[in-house]
Amino acid sequence: MSEPSLAIRKFSDLANPTRFLALVAIVWPYLAGLTLCLFAAGLYLSFTTTGDYQQGETVRIMYVHVPAAWLSMMCYTVMALSALGTLVWRHPLADVSAKAAAPIGACFTLVALITGSLWGKPMWGTWWVWDARLTSVFVLFLMYLGLIALNRAMDDPTRAAKVSAVLILVGFVNIPIIKFSVEWWNTLHQPASVVRLDGPTIDPEFLWPLLVMAVAFTFLFFTLHVLAMRNEILRRRIAVLRRHAARSAGRPGDAA
Amino acid sequence: MIPLLLRDIKLSVRAGGGALIGVLFFMTVVAVIPFGVGPDLNLLSRIGPAILWIGALLAALLGLDRLFQAEREDGSLDLLLMQETPLVLTVFVKCLAHWIATGLPLVMASPLLGLFMNMDEIAIGATTLTLLAGTPALTFIGAAGAGIAVALPRGGLLVSILVLPLAIPVLIFGVSAVHAAIEDPAPFLPPFLVLVALNLFFAVIGPVAAAAALRLSSD
Repeated sequence: MSEPSLAIRKFSDLANPTRFLALVAIVWPYLAGLTLCLFAAGLYLSFTTTGDYQQGETVRIMYVHVPAAWLSMMCYTVMALSALGTLVWRHPLADVSAKAAAPIGACFTLVALITGSLWGKPMWGTWWVWDARLTSVFVLFLMYLGLIALNRAMDDPTRAAKVSAVLILVGFVNIPIIKFSVEWWNTLHQPASVVRLDGPTIDPEFLWPLLVMAVAFTFLFFTLHVLAMRNEILRRRIAVLRRHAARSAGRPGDAA
Repeated sequence: MIPLLLRDIKLSVRAGGGALIGVLFFMTVVAVIPFGVGPDLNLLSRIGPAILWIGALLAALLGLDRLFQAEREDGSLDLLLMQETPLVLTVFVKCLAHWIATGLPLVMASPLLGLFMNMDEIAIGATTLTLLAGTPALTFIGAAGAGIAVALPRGGLLVSILVLPLAIPVLIFGVSAVHAAIEDPAPFLPPFLVLVALNLFFAVIGPVAAAAALRLSSD
């Protein structure tokens, strides 16, 4: 019997956690380095470009706020795809991916909410308004917390994953509502100005730092996600090993 | 399907079923509000529809954890799972029975509570109508939450946490339809029709999700 090869030729090869861990060990330093470089470039650009003539220096909050808000939605989309992977293809790593993404998504949502209200205080004169976009992002934050609570409430990780996959898919209804809330309802929050059919309406002066920061945040998400998945796999292995150890300790005859 | 409907209604109306607890809870919540905001009748008549809606939402959540849990405990859930009829249909009928036993009393109690809140006739009528159109949606979403939390030892609180965010659109359109009916320039029909559409939407999503969750969490 030869050792099973750890080479990854197709996507389904990643279903083997050991292969996945080997890939992560190679990939994550590069991902982390790239993230650091992008953040260095993005932060340099955000602090050297001129401020807006109306908003002054507070416009720089946007370079953190907008990417965090995008990522909060992308993270939920990744979770929804993972949930599909769990329920439809029964991919063994999909539930790990969904579980690992939930706390990261909650953090990005919280960052978007906090930076948004820091910007809102000088610009709108209030920390918080119950406007459609703000409310729906807050609901997204609550849903992340609910999913984390549901995952923690069950002992068996596979069953918890399947049941929360159902909830993730039901909650995905909220994502289009967040995306289009500023277009359906006339609200205080400004409509999209970067991703539009007729090209961005935002000045290139602000567009470039924003895009670099968005790419940096995306890579930050993937780095954190891959590492969180690794931790989750290792945590499950430790749990299994502990259970084996406890079982064999209970029956000294079998352990010998 | 009709026998299942009748059986569920009977079970929840008879002693130990707890269908009327929801109405009592609804009345208590609404009765507590004037102590909190003060007995100002003008203020109460303005926030009355919203209070009735929030009270109905909380009361509808109250009984949800029992939707599948009692049957899981006595084993009849496994029989339902093994039936020839599609599980989605069974869940739909159970939701319907649950709504008739707990949601409909809420709707019938709302005109009386509207009088307590010093609302005028149009506001009372609009609130009752929107509750009639909106509470089934709450039951259907709640069924998904109840299916997800059925295997948990203390699922009741978790069901509320999971379901409340999803119920927000129903609340928004329900209350805005009532406000549109009271205040003249805004038309009543668009938000009301959206509410009805939400109801139909969740009538599909809820049972499908609940059926999937029940299958996945059965032993």
